[in-house]
Order: sequence, then C-alpha cells, then structure tokens
Amino acid sequence: MSKSKVRKGQARSSVAVLPKEEGEAAEGPRTPASAPGRGWRRRAPPRLRMFLNAQREEKQKNHCSKGHGVSKVKERDQKLCIRFKCAVMNTLLDVLRCRPGWVEVKDEGEWDFYWCDVSWLRENFDHTYMDEHVRISHFRNHYELTRKNYMVKNLKRFRKQLEREMGKLEAAKCDFFPKTFELPSDYHLFVEEFRKTPGITWIMKPVARSQGKGIFLFRKLKDIMDWRKDVGRSDDQKDDIPVENYVAQRYIENPYLIGGRKFDLRVYVLVMSYLPLRAWLYRDGFVRFSNTRFTLSSIDDHYVHLTNVAVQKTSPDYDPEKGCKWMIQRFRQYLTSKHGPEAVETLFQDMDNIFIKSLQSVQKVIISDKHCFELYGYDILIDQNLKPWLLEVNASPSLAASSQEDYQLKTCLLEDTLHIVDMEGRLTGKEKRVGGFDLMWNDGPVSREEGIDLSGTGNFVANTHLGCNNDRKKQLRQLFHSFHNRKKVTG
Amino acid sequence: MLQEETDLSVIIAHIVQKLRSSRLSTQLGFQASVSLQKPEIKLESLKEDIKEFFRITGWEKKLQNAVYSELTVFPLPRHPAAPPEHLKEPLVYMRKAQGSWEKRILKSLNSMCTELSIPLARKRPVVEQKELLNKWNEMGTDEPDLSLFRPVYAPKDFLEVLINLRNPNYENGDHLNLRTHLGLIQVPLKVKYISELKDYFIELSLNTGQLGIDDATQVPPELFENEHVRLGQKVLAEQDSAAAQQYVRQGSPTALRAELWALILNVSNQPEDLLYYEQLKSNVIQHDLLVDSLIYKDVKLTASNDDYYFVFEDYLYQVLLCFSRDTSVLGHFAYNSASPPKSYIRGKLGMEDYAVFYPPNGVIPFHGFSMYVAPLCFLYHEPSKLYQIFREMYVRFFFRLHSISSHHSGIVSLCFLFETLLQTHLPQLFYHLREIGAQPLRISFKWMVRAFSGYLATDQLLLLWDRILGYNSLEILAVLAAAVFAFRAVNLMEVTSLAAAEAVLADLSTLKVMPLLQIFLFATVT
Repeated sequence: MSKSKVRKGQARSSVAVLPKEEGEAAEGPRTPASAPGRGWRRRAPPRLRMFLNAQREEKQKNHCSKGHGVSKVKERDQKLCIRFKCAVMNTLLDVLRCRPGWVEVKDEGEWDFYWCDVSWLRENFDHTYMDEHVRISHFRNHYELTRKNYMVKNLKRFRKQLEREMGKLEAAKCDFFPKTFELPSDYHLFVEEFRKTPGITWIMKPVARSQGKGIFLFRKLKDIMDWRKDVGRSDDQKDDIPVENYVAQRYIENPYLIGGRKFDLRVYVLVMSYLPLRAWLYRDGFVRFSNTRFTLSSIDDHYVHLTNVAVQKTSPDYDPEKGCKWMIQRFRQYLTSKHGPEAVETLFQDMDNIFIKSLQSVQKVIISDKHCFELYGYDILIDQNLKPWLLEVNASPSLAASSQEDYQLKTCLLEDTLHIVDMEGRLTGKEKRVGGFDLMWNDGPVSREEGIDLSGTGNFVANTHLGCNNDRKKQLRQLFHSFHNRKKVTG
Repeated sequence: MLQEETDLSVIIAHIVQKLRSSRLSTQLGFQASVSLQKPEIKLESLKEDIKEFFRITGWEKKLQNAVYSELTVFPLPRHPAAPPEHLKEPLVYMRKAQGSWEKRILKSLNSMCTELSIPLARKRPVVEQKELLNKWNEMGTDEPDLSLFRPVYAPKDFLEVLINLRNPNYENGDHLNLRTHLGLIQVPLKVKYISELKDYFIELSLNTGQLGIDDATQVPPELFENEHVRLGQKVLAEQDSAAAQQYVRQGSPTALRAELWALILNVSNQPEDLLYYEQLKSNVIQHDLLVDSLIYKDVKLTASNDDYYFVFEDYLYQVLLCFSRDTSVLGHFAYNSASPPKSYIRGKLGMEDYAVFYPPNGVIPFHGFSMYVAPLCFLYHEPSKLYQIFREMYVRFFFRLHSISSHHSGIVSLCFLFETLLQTHLPQLFYHLREIGAQPLRISFKWMVRAFSGYLATDQLLLLWDRILGYNSLEILAVLAAAVFAFRAVNLMEVTSLAAAEAVLADLSTLKVMPLLQIFLFATVT
C-alpha cells in the first residue's frame, strides 16, 4: 500500500515554539493543529460545532469564578462542559476539539483539564490551586522515571531492595537496563567496569536531551578524554544544572535485525496513580527502523545506531516517502512466523515485566497527586536472543503524526486516554479494559480471567495484549452502552 | 476403459521419465544400496523388503511428494498425438495474440536499449565485481541513476491487449449485438458458475472452520483453532505434500505456514540447492544485465515505498537478480503460453546458432513484478530458501497472471470470471458502473495481476495465498475481487465517475478476506 506520506515542516505556524525539556515533544516547525500537510484534519461535525458554540455563549453569559477548575455544570442539566487547555498543537488538539462537551480555553481562562508541557509544570505546578475534579497530564517529579540518571539510581535501589526481600532470582528480573553510569559523578566506577570488559562498545547519552541529540558511541577511553575537556561548553541553558550530565551505557551490540536493519519499539503506558499503582498498557504501538543497515564497523555513523525518527529524518538516505515504521501487530506476526508463538509470548511477558518493575522502582519517590496522570512512551530494544532492553521512558512522547496510519494510532490512543481520565464520569472504576488500553497493574497484577486472583498459581495470565487485535470501537460501544443503561436506571 | 488405461500408462511413463533424471532417483538408488547392509533385507524378497525399508525411513513419502508435485505442476498431454504447442496453449488465436504481445515487449526493450546505448548484457570489470560482492547484503543502499529507465510495461497496457482479444470464429462485427459481452473481455471462455464454485471451494463453506474467521478473538480457541494447529503439526510430522495442500485450504497457522508452504511446493533446503543459489549469485556478480536496472527501478518504485515491505528491499534484489539468471525457469515455458524472448549475439541477427534467451530465465519483469516476492520475505529469511519458494510459486502460479492463455487460472479467464460473477450477482451495480464509464475490470485488474499483493494487509494476503496453494488455482482471486465489489456496492452505487469509483476502492488494507469470500460464495441470495 503506497500511502501518501506526510512532509513535516511544510506549513509554518506563527506560534512560538515552546521550549521542551525532554522526551520527543519538540518537533521543529509547527504545523497548524493536526494538518500534517495533507488536509486530513478532522473537523467537528456541524451539529457538534453549533453545540460547542452555544456552550461558549452560555458560559460567557454565566459568571466566571476565581481559581482554576470551577466545578463543571451538573450532568443532569445535560450540558456537559469541560474546559481544556492544551500546550501541543497537533493530533491532541484535534482529539480534544472533537470531544463532545469539551471547550477550549485560551490564555488565562480557567480550565478543568490541562495537557501541559513540562516546563510549565516546573514553574507553575507548586503555586496552582486545583479543584478536586481537575486533571493535569504530568506528575510533578516525573523526571525520576524519565531522566536517565535518576532512573538508573531508582532502578538500582529497587533492585537491591528486591534482592534483600525476595532473593536473587526476583532481583534478576530488573536486569533489563544495560549497565549505566552517571558521569561525571560515577566516573571512577565507570572506568573500573570499562577496564573489566575491554573492547565492547559504550554509548554516551546526555541526560536531559531528546531526539537523539548529543549521543555518540565509543570504544576507547581516549575518545571520552577529549570529550571531557569540552564538557564545560554545554549549551543547554534551560537546564538548572550548570554542568550537563551524561550517562555512559553499555551498547547492545547484538540487536535483533529485520531486513538487516536495527529497530526499536515504542510502547505506550498510561499511569493514573502511583499510590496505589494503577497502570494501563495500550495494545498498539510501533516499531521504528533505522534507515541504514546495521554494522558495528561504523561507529561514527550516527544514523545507523539511532533509530529515533528525528535523527533518521536528517540522514542523507532518508526518504520521507519511506516511513520507517511498522505497527506492533505486524511485528508480532513477523516474529511468530519466525520463532513460534511460545517464544513471542515469553518476549511480551518480559516486556510487561519491564513496564511494571520500572514503575514500581519509582513508586515511592514520585509524588502521587490525585490530579495527575501521565502517558509514557517506552522505548524498548530487542536483542538477538529475544531479550527486551529498556532504552528510556519518555514523559512527553511525540504526538505528531508522520503518516495516516500514525495519525490513526495517536488519535485512538489519545481518545482512549481521555476516556480513562474520565472527566465525564462514565466509568465505574472496575473496568479492566477501555478501548485499546488494558489494565496492566491495579495495586497488584491484573489477570485476564475474571474473579479470583490467580497470581499465586501457575495459571496466571496477565491482562496485557500488546500487539494483539485492537477492536476498540466495539469495546467502547459496549462500555458506554452499559453506562447509558445505568444512567437511565438512576434517572 | 482402454482409453483410460492408455492415458494412465502415458502419465506414468511421463512421470517416471521426469523423475529418473532428478536428484531424488539418485538418492533413492543410494539409499537402496545402503539398505543392502541391513539384516532385514533378504535376497528372496528383495523388492518387498526394500519397499518396506523406504516406507519406514520416510523415503517413500519423499517419492510420493515428488510424484504429487509433478502431477500438480505439469499438465499432461490430452492426446498423445497433440503437438507441444497445445500443451502451452490449445487455442490458436490466443497463441497468436501472445506472440504479438511478446514482439511488442521485446521491441520496447530493444528500443530502450538503443536509446540509452546500454548493452543488453555485459561482463563486469573485476573492480565492480568486488564492490558488488561486498555490498551483496545491502544492495538497497545503492542509488544508481535510474531516471532514464522506464518499466517495459505496466498492467494497464496488458489490459488493453486483453480487451482487444477476439476469437476469429465468432462473427462479432463492429457494432453491438447479442453476442457482445457487457464487460471488457470479449472472448467466450468457459468459467465456473457460482454453484460450481461452491462445490469447488467447499472447504470455505459456512460450516467449516477457517483461519481468518474462526480464530478471531471472540471465538474460543477450543472450538477450532487448537485442533487445527494440532492437525497442522501432525501434517508436518508426516511430511506429506498432498495432505498439506488439503490442510491449508482452511488456512495455515502463522507459526507453521513457512514449513507448510515449503512442503506443498516440495522445496527442501538441500546442499545442492544452496550451491545452485551460490552459482546464480556468482552469475549476477560476473555479468550485468539491462534487466537488472529494470528490477532495481521496479523495487524502488513499488516495494520500497510500501509501508510494510520496505524493510525487505535487500532481499528482493537478492532474489530477483538471481531469478533472472536462472535457466531452470525455462522449463516452465513448456506449459506457459508465452515463449522466452530470444536475442542474438551482435552482428548475427537471425542466425539460430547465435541465439540466446534474454534474460536467461526468459521472464521480462514489468511494473509491480517485485511485489510477487515481497510477501514471501515475511516467511522466509534465508535467501536461498526464499529464492526457491519464489521460483516455485512463479512457475506454478504467477506466470499465469501475465500471459495470454485459455487456462482456467490464466488472467483472461480470471477477468472473465470476475465480470461474469459481477454481472450475474450484482447486475444493477455492474450496469451502473458501466454507464458511468467505470468498467469494474479496469479497477480490479491490477489487484488480480498482482495477486492482491500490496493491496491487502499482509496477514490477510497470506491467508489468501494459503488458499491459492491449497486449491492449486488462482480462481479465488477473481472471486475475491467480485466479493470486494459486493462489499462496497452501496458506496459504488452512488459514484458518478471512474475516478470516484477508484477512490471508493482505493484502500483495501482494512478488508478481512475470508469473511468476504464466505459471504459472497455461500451467503449471498442468488
């Protein structure tokens, strides 16, 4: 299927690019909300637009109180009005605008829902009063999970704790993160490890940058000696820390290759709260391919080793018509036909383990505010032994669409996220599945089977369906159908 | 009775002759002589003992598979006195049409050749050979200048030729009369009615479990899927070609598909096959053919741009370049209505002694040819096995999709079958589309020529190709094309132009193939 591909950067918006700290949220020149250049922007159907306009007029007639988060109009009046603010100008804005009963507020207006960016969060979260029903899309100190150096620390600590409490076997389940050292603080420990295993390749990543910037590979200490001299010239002014921190990580030299190319997986995990830990896993995701063939002989070839789409786009080979992504379903089918269903099942179970252990490791550290939720983008690399490795966790995964298929995926992802956030109050709280999201962890493992918790017995099958069939429309219809029935009964 | 016996003995003689020269007979001979060492083999009952030995060790199965393969692939002469052309194509006017089409293609190729002053073939200098050998696994990174090359022909050119096919025994005249068909194909070919199709495709019926339907999430796997997978594993353990072919009619489980197809096509990865592939590879390295550039261009234009197959670009080169050097493919021209084009050494035009087949395998690629290989990359990862599977698929099925013949799986019959099905079961739709100048065949032709590769989602395509292998026929492509039109009939009734009709049918990637086929064949009120 030759799909018409998006050309990023064709339309320029006059909105200033908001500074982004991490994750992939910075996409370069903004395209006007959603239109990835080809005009498939979704517009609210005429009836809905009139309804929304009427709502706006209604609101203007009514009074506006102080503080954020005036309680929303009672549902019984059938006039659902949720005021939202959105810091990103792409797919998300489309989804929010199309949602019935949701009204956009600009600038200084009060809001019930804010999809903010992390810099706003840092500056304003602590001084903002939020009503009970208000929701915001980040946790205050999410960087404990998403900053590479903090994540390493938390994971190491969690691993030690597990070893103490449950033994080596359980602790070994945390070995999904390649050996990492924070620099310059752990420099000596790093050198010790480096000398123990000579000849292997290491990768140097800046702690707080995204889109593959500033990353390089090395095999000799001499290579980073030179870099150490230059480290004072850090140009990341937005960072609080005066000297830019890096992590040195063991480079995975035997990645799984498809068609001779290296790839990584992007998986979406939605965390609604940390205490207790409630996490949902989205069934869809995608596989990002490197544009060039993998070989260890060309360490300097930036483009081979980094599968980040942002970097791929600057590779001279890059042909935007090519679109280097596969959906995870297709990847799962490919692996099944090559290795058989059992091996693939084990691989996906190992990935579940990664998600859960990583969240557990920061559970006690992250401030679990009931107003907060967060949609993480997990980057996973698979090696030739079908072992998954965690590369990083993104708090602001890119929501811009690079193709029609991508747009579809992100729209559905965001719609389902908003369903789970449930500002409209339609869910009972007992659901194990909403649209494409499956409840992965609810203060304990969630089983596919109904009823009794079989986590102790061998029959436990986790309620995750990554890469499986996503018949979300049907499921949502059934879900909201029962809500309507309940409403009718209660009046 | 006598006639049947004569037929049977002719068939047996034919197969024995074919197999005698094959590798299998040498192996069997060797195995037999080895078995003489065994104590069970006694001189008095030598013949029976050796037969028993073969049966136990699985060699009998291999022989059975080879015989079955011959029976399936090679059509047998209908009459002992029939000339060889009849095996290719019994109808004279079809042969003539194919001949003139081939002349056109060759002319186009030659003119491109003289225009660009590139030789049809040349020996590579040593430096270039070394370079290519280094880059063998990543030929996709090469960016040769292909702007001056154009594909020799595209499916729509071929469609025009088919539309102009006429049977000279029919007096049609220039104007419409009772004999004029409403569709585009104007030759009277015998195709199956839907009642015959229902019988033919009986394993697809509503009462039989199917992969593609009965393995959906809502259906508990105990009902069908588990049993079917177990059965598949048993078939593989038995290594029985015929059983495998019957089995995949209901679909093949993803994990078993690669082996099942290899069993049906009787492809095994013997060391001789690897050697043969290596030899082809060295042929590619030593000589450069004009056809290579056509292949490059085709891959870059089609598979590389496809969301799903771009990853396999390198494999496609490795397979297609070797394919064009494989002279064993020439064998299939015995039953293909096409004939391999001939080229003459420079200066010796017309002298048979200096004629060579060009390209060596006799197949000139057209626009979209690489899409035949792309879905197979999903199943086979080892180049020589991938190559063999593709070659088998080509000489059994794909060649019929671009040569003019009256065979029931040939593209002409498929087109006619499609049009007939549509006319008979959706007359209103057919008439409406015809009135607005959107003859349905104009839209569905490209699907059928490519066996839907690149139009359907890969998992659905593989389910469809399971059935092609299972029934050893391409008729299912025509049925699916008609089913797609039936599915989108409501929207199609509202369009008012060919472009709009194309737009309605532009995206097939969300279609589920098996439910469509089932509904069309078994659940439509006739």
